[in-house]
Amino acid sequence: MNSVHDMGGMDGMGPIIEEKNEPVFHNEWEGRIFAMNLAMGAWRKWNIDASRHARELIPPAEYLRMSYYEKWLAGLIELIVKSELVTRGEIESTTPTAGSVKAVPALNAEQAMARIAAGIPAKRNVDVPARFKVGQRVRTRNMHPVRHTRLPRYARGRFGTINRDHGVFVFPDTNAHFLGEKPQHVYSVCFAARELWGARAEEKDSVHVDLWDEYLEPA
Amino acid sequence: MNSDLPNTHEHDHQAVPSDAALRVKALESLLVEKGLVDRTALDALVDAYEHKIGPRNGARVVARAWSDPAYKQRLLSNADAAIAEMGYGGFQGEHMVVVENSAKVHNLVVCTLCSCYPWPVLGLPPVWYKSAPYRSRAVIDPRGVLREFGLELPEDLEVRVWDSTAEVRYLVLPERPAGTEGMNEEALAALVTRDAMVGVGKVSLSKVVSAS
Repeated sequence: MNSVHDMGGMDGMGPIIEEKNEPVFHNEWEGRIFAMNLAMGAWRKWNIDASRHARELIPPAEYLRMSYYEKWLAGLIELIVKSELVTRGEIESTTPTAGSVKAVPALNAEQAMARIAAGIPAKRNVDVPARFKVGQRVRTRNMHPVRHTRLPRYARGRFGTINRDHGVFVFPDTNAHFLGEKPQHVYSVCFAARELWGARAEEKDSVHVDLWDEYLEPA
Repeated sequence: MNSDLPNTHEHDHQAVPSDAALRVKALESLLVEKGLVDRTALDALVDAYEHKIGPRNGARVVARAWSDPAYKQRLLSNADAAIAEMGYGGFQGEHMVVVENSAKVHNLVVCTLCSCYPWPVLGLPPVWYKSAPYRSRAVIDPRGVLREFGLELPEDLEVRVWDSTAEVRYLVLPERPAGTEGMNEEALAALVTRDAMVGVGKVSLSKVVSAS
């Protein structure tokens, strides 16, 4: 979807402010909502693409105003309500509905540590042919899906070169909407900075974007 | 949900718990009561990212690459395996690529679409990395961004920006500074900053470059 999360190339966002000796979490609640997102993921009611999409659905003005972990709070609420783990009424009343079934067992501390140590690989060991090879010129499709995509607007309809084949990965455009993993090759595509930004960019510079097979066509 | 979104003025009255703090607390209680989360799991996750998983991990990887040419080759050709050799890996670092800075090339990592970052080696990203100013400008004006971090790059140096749009996470292997020839891995690791491994800083003997 063409929303404000896709901000590569925008102007006017202000200076970059680097905080000295920044803590991992600025307040206790940031750590708690971070951990809740990870722990709730273990119920396997959604996937990483769906959770990114939940945050993209935050209306643009609010998205820009909210801090990172406020977005994680909004996103988690969206996910648990949509997946029917929790009702909107329960969130509002902060109490479980009378007679609602208690889920068991929740992820414990040991399982939580095992979960982050193992990770959640997005690579799939399936034999899917690569439509492009390293060194090949490609053009990105000029596509504007209203749903989730990982092809940024600044790199649509642009010419680039396949720099590296990362292997076969889950396709976010379908996976975010529970329409299947549709595994396909992901390539690092090298774009000359001037192909993307014209004379504003330096001639020698480049931007490398990781793109799925389906985003590309032969140049 | 959208009618009572948290406001941005919480820093103006820190003594009062912010709206977000209250809402998170209420959500945690609800999820615990429903049996959906176990508080000890939350405690363990917070502790892991506050104390165990952070940029010191990445610094050890970099220091080893500087000290051991065979390791460096493995790191550049198969980062997942080389990083696993050091005991690191897992969530948000399942598929790693390491890009090397040199006298000719400077690499810079960003995630324009969200805030993807290699957690096992760098920990959770700092606020600036997740913020709109960095995400919007790193791809269109990398040299201007680097200047804001105090890094002026010569015109003939090639800047390569890596936008983490997929599940591959990038780590920059910074240049080893001159004057560190006699140093062991531990001493070298102490010099390596998070900023240098994202590409917004360089490693220097005095660490002056990365201090903002």
